[in-house]
Amino acid sequence: MRIVHVRGGVRLNGRKRRAERGRITSLPIPAYLNVPLKQHIGAPAEPVVRVGEHVLKGQLLGRPPGPMSAPVHAPTSGRVIAIGAAPAPHPSGLDTPTITVQSDGEEQWIELAPPIDPLALDAAAIEERIADAGVVGLGGAAFPAAVKLRLRTRHPIHTLIVNGAECEPYLTCDDRLMQERAEEIIDGVRIMLRALEQDRSGPSIRALIAIENNKGDALAALKKAASAHPGIATIAVPTRYPMGSEKHLIRAVTGKEVPARALAPEIGVLVHNVGTAFAIHRALRFGKPLISRIVTLSGGAVASPQNFEVLIGTPVSALLRAAGGLRQPPARLLMGGPMMGAMLPHAEVPIVKGTSGILALTSAEIAARPAAPCIRCGTCVAVCPCGLVPVEMVSQIRGGRLEGALRFGLLDCVGCGTCAYSCPSRIPLLQYLNFAKGELTARERTKHKAEEARRLAERRRLRLAQQAEARAATATARPRQQHRHPEGSEATGAPDRTTNPQVAA
Amino acid sequence: MSAVPIIAAPHVHAGTSVRRSMILVMLALVPATAWGITQYGWPAVNLLLVTVGAAVVAEAFSLRAAGQTVRPGLGDGSALLTGWLLAMTLPPWSPWWIGVLGAVFAIVVSKHVFGGLGQNLFNPAMVGRVVLLVAFPLEMTTWVAPHVVFQPASPSFVESLSITFQSALDTDAISGATALGHERGPPAVSEGQNEPSAGKFDVREALLGEQYGSLGEGSAALLAAGGLLLLLTGVVRWPIPVAMLGSVALVATLFHALEPARYGDAVFHLLSGGLVLGALFIATDPVTSPVTRTGQLVFGAGCGLLTYTIRTWGGYPEGVAFAVLLMNAVTPIIDYYIRPRVFGRTLSGISLKLPDEKPAAPAKPWGTNVPRGSRP
Repeated sequence: MRIVHVRGGVRLNGRKRRAERGRITSLPIPAYLNVPLKQHIGAPAEPVVRVGEHVLKGQLLGRPPGPMSAPVHAPTSGRVIAIGAAPAPHPSGLDTPTITVQSDGEEQWIELAPPIDPLALDAAAIEERIADAGVVGLGGAAFPAAVKLRLRTRHPIHTLIVNGAECEPYLTCDDRLMQERAEEIIDGVRIMLRALEQDRSGPSIRALIAIENNKGDALAALKKAASAHPGIATIAVPTRYPMGSEKHLIRAVTGKEVPARALAPEIGVLVHNVGTAFAIHRALRFGKPLISRIVTLSGGAVASPQNFEVLIGTPVSALLRAAGGLRQPPARLLMGGPMMGAMLPHAEVPIVKGTSGILALTSAEIAARPAAPCIRCGTCVAVCPCGLVPVEMVSQIRGGRLEGALRFGLLDCVGCGTCAYSCPSRIPLLQYLNFAKGELTARERTKHKAEEARRLAERRRLRLAQQAEARAATATARPRQQHRHPEGSEATGAPDRTTNPQVAA
Repeated sequence: MSAVPIIAAPHVHAGTSVRRSMILVMLALVPATAWGITQYGWPAVNLLLVTVGAAVVAEAFSLRAAGQTVRPGLGDGSALLTGWLLAMTLPPWSPWWIGVLGAVFAIVVSKHVFGGLGQNLFNPAMVGRVVLLVAFPLEMTTWVAPHVVFQPASPSFVESLSITFQSALDTDAISGATALGHERGPPAVSEGQNEPSAGKFDVREALLGEQYGSLGEGSAALLAAGGLLLLLTGVVRWPIPVAMLGSVALVATLFHALEPARYGDAVFHLLSGGLVLGALFIATDPVTSPVTRTGQLVFGAGCGLLTYTIRTWGGYPEGVAFAVLLMNAVTPIIDYYIRPRVFGRTLSGISLKLPDEKPAAPAKPWGTNVPRGSRP
């Protein structure tokens, strides 16, 4: 199959070697686990357990309030010791609603549904089980997997791309998973294909497992596992960041380009991460919810970099301890890859469903230096995989003209950071771009709120006028009551209504 | 809030820097400069040192005047490079004040008045050169024949000091026209016996730089070697040099074919004057050239065509500096109109069509033509 060239991008120093050798190791069960109620895109789950309650491994802790959400489950058996706020795995270190489970060390599973053949289920049942298992995209974005699969009802899907590109440096969790659990991944892919093929006439859906060509062993393992299934093929893609970006991967392997601001399924392509395929296999074959994932622990400050299978909710500090600790205090502690990952304020935050790696980088690895003036060299333009002009966008943003940046295509930026990585002047281009995106969203929200308030106020005015009219009409009908209630009832009634917005609405 | 400052991704870097780029450009200039020095002797060394020194002092003065810290600004090497490039384009036996004046004008007026590194519209070295050319046409067109250093005929170090600092150059005795000057009119002076043919074009001499000309413009071969280093290290991207040299070669071939007696051929134009230096080292100045590849191709072609036009029909024998400055002036317009195609959009910024989409309402650039309801 021909790989289509994708503009821009950079060849990165992979720095994967240190962690890619060892097999995936399970972590000992930590003393307590912090399970955030929101580990996915969408609404946070709502707790269904009480403090003090004993829970079993795999038991539902939080239920999704709507379709665009995901449940969370107990990673191990134990007692719920707190339902409240705990530090989020986010640079801010702010608290997030969290259920804390103190493990009893028993690892006692909840009664699992009897094994069934998922390939005999219909699409709705498959999707329901995926949703109930709390499976979200494990590539990092944590988009509920079932919601994505259900897009088949709106858009005819012809290609399922399984993303094993893993283009971020250091990370090898997908690589190890593909090498060690290739059969299981293929099974997950078959289950997804089964769901997608329902009610579909015409050619069957093809599945392409795309892997960067620096992962020869993973490619070989998946090729072997897929050989029995004619609809599933592996495909080697160039090792070039950001190959794992959904839209760019689609372009590389299918030649199709997702229109701006559209979703991949709208052109008939669905992309799922290899880790997601594995989680779907586990959920459907064994009824096991998503309570663990593979996490790469790496970076120059880590004594022995390795991949671990970690329970969701495990504190980062417990992972670091279990891995033999740190060689030196890290200059920066990251969750995710070094290109798009987020800084952690400290190690007392939990591993969540979207955590692909924990990196403890030394100052030599970061090689931070102060920003210098822009020399307009155009490197950011040449490397941008989205065809944007970061230099112009940032100069607009620095000048406070966020709308100007919009006209340069700010919202088409995927935030891959290739521009800032390549900038010889070390200008934090991505930070400016993200700032502008956030600021514009906030402004949009404020504008929306103001409009909403205006709309409600206007409705209230109309309603009051109508009421006054109605009363006036009644008063004319019964003229004697008029001076007992001279319009005043309205004046006294109004404040009551404004104090209660529900009534006003 | 945590006490740790929050730093956004990416958390690694390619390791490139402005300083590295400047150093690589200077490295690339070394062969041609060294050759120029062997060709024109001690006075060339003096001129180079004086010009570079003046540029660095002017930079330090300007940074201080602007209230900035001097060290990082000087450390990036940009002023050093400006001075060096300017010296490369000067007649090698120019008096000291030519170098100083050019350097000060380049750094202070052309760069720092506009706001310093990255803010200038025009290439500082070329502004310096053009100011000198306009103000001091005699000094700027007094070319000496190559005096290979350490040869008995070449000036000693002490003699060189008087050439550079006391303007003791007996111009009439040793000066001659460059090949480009010769092409435009009768040669100015007679030729010496063992000297290269003043004013006559010879491919070998042009490649090696054994000819009348500026300090560093001479050896096209060595300049090209340096340029190759810049292309290989990614400091210079190919569009500008390729478009500039290509456009000159194209029009030169065309006119030469029409009237060979009147118009020089492509080889003559490519190897003459400052074209190779200009295409590889000067037009490629990132600050004053467009940021997109297509824009750079337009810019390079513009530089080439203007160079040829000025050389052939203009009032000066050499046009590289003017061509580059003229194209510098239109760089903001090029950057305004020429932008890459955004992923998922057409060149005009309209979102690509979905496979099943009907041609509905006219699409708005930078908007979405995807119906809202079709997204979850």
